[in-house]
Amino acid sequence: MLRGALAVLRKDLRIEWRTRESLASMVVLGVLLVVIFSVALDPAPADAPRLAPSVLWAAFVFTGLLGVQRGFVLEREQDCLGGLLASPLDPAALYLGKLAANVALLGVTQALVVPLVAVFLHADVGRRLPSLVVVLLLGNLGFAAVATLFAAMTVRARAREVMLPVLLLPVVVPVLIAGVKATESVLAGGLGAAGGALGVLVAFDVIFVVAGVLLFEQVIRD
Amino acid sequence: MGLNDAPVVARGLRREFGGVPVLAGVDLEVAAGEVVVLLGSNGAGKTTLLRVLATLLRPSGGTLRLFGEDASRRPPAARRRLGYVGHDSACYPDLTGRENLEFHAELHDVPDAAARVADLLRWAGLEDAARRPVRTYSRGMTQRLALARVLLHAPELLLLDEPYSGLDPAAATRLDGLLRELPRAGHAIVLSTHDVERVTPLASRVAILHRGRVAWSQQGGTDPIVVASAYDGVLGGRA
Repeated sequence: MLRGALAVLRKDLRIEWRTRESLASMVVLGVLLVVIFSVALDPAPADAPRLAPSVLWAAFVFTGLLGVQRGFVLEREQDCLGGLLASPLDPAALYLGKLAANVALLGVTQALVVPLVAVFLHADVGRRLPSLVVVLLLGNLGFAAVATLFAAMTVRARAREVMLPVLLLPVVVPVLIAGVKATESVLAGGLGAAGGALGVLVAFDVIFVVAGVLLFEQVIRD
Repeated sequence: MGLNDAPVVARGLRREFGGVPVLAGVDLEVAAGEVVVLLGSNGAGKTTLLRVLATLLRPSGGTLRLFGEDASRRPPAARRRLGYVGHDSACYPDLTGRENLEFHAELHDVPDAAARVADLLRWAGLEDAARRPVRTYSRGMTQRLALARVLLHAPELLLLDEPYSGLDPAAATRLDGLLRELPRAGHAIVLSTHDVERVTPLASRVAILHRGRVAWSQQGGTDPIVVASAYDGVLGGRA
């Protein structure tokens, strides 16, 4: 299964590296969101860092939606999905490969958006960077686990651009809340202070990665 | 190989889309080394039947066994032994021809993949274009790549949906050769086409689908004139 997942991951990353379609749109949207939030909220310099976690996670969710959707659209082109499903590739491997590619894309976007938030909202992320990376990775994995599953579910739907956010956003609310809380705690006092929220993120990740592996075949088949 | 482990044994195969029956009880058996040609007008159910055989669509009813295994469970062992080319190439437009073949070789765990990919690129006449993204290929080149892709793992059951579509005469002749050669090595082939004259001489059996059923079928010695007459008869409602 691991070999199949790695083949799918390499293929997706190669296509992304060549076209940069997802990454370019995700980064542009991420930058725009951070700028718009910062300008619209216009916080006093002392209050600005308190807004950083919510702005960060709002930007991640919306950019993530864009990237995850694109990952399955490329499988629809030329019925590439049919080629994968008619092959001996385990659907769970396809899910894990797609999940890993989405995590990588979101990770790159986060790496570009976090410094912007630090600048615009005066958040001192440098001092807490290792702890923040742990929180972002856990949130990233949880979001991508659900989004990959739901993007597969909606890939054949005519109104998939609308369907995906409508289905996905209510389910990722726990990740969003726990991510914001954990980021707040980490920026205020380090990883130790984020125990409860980190627990929620870990539990969410485990539940939805396992659910994705088990359910993906039912979701992806016509 | 007996009936129990034949490449295809379908009984009363049905498939509906939104309550509309597209396959309305297809019985089909395909033995190793057979070339079964599916004919039929647009909407007769040829593509749906091939996609059901490729395990890409679940049947709404009936039974399907591939190499003796219940296809409803999409057994990986059976999928390893089949290859499907549909209307679309299933090749990624942003990868090169070679990368597409290498990717599918990895999925199928093809031994000595580099040599196999090189051989098939040569067979498809795509050596010079192998490093170009598929997006830059013509329709015919993409179809040749799709055929090369499906041959990578030497499948025992080949499912080809209008494989001559877009091919130039030289490539079509190469495909003719393949359809003669593979059955001799025991590979079973099911293909759909509208080109009765070209394909019936290669067929061990011709089946005409009409309104989701096999309306006419003839085993062996298929004469294009007889087939064309039967086809007209079926479409005219006389069969």
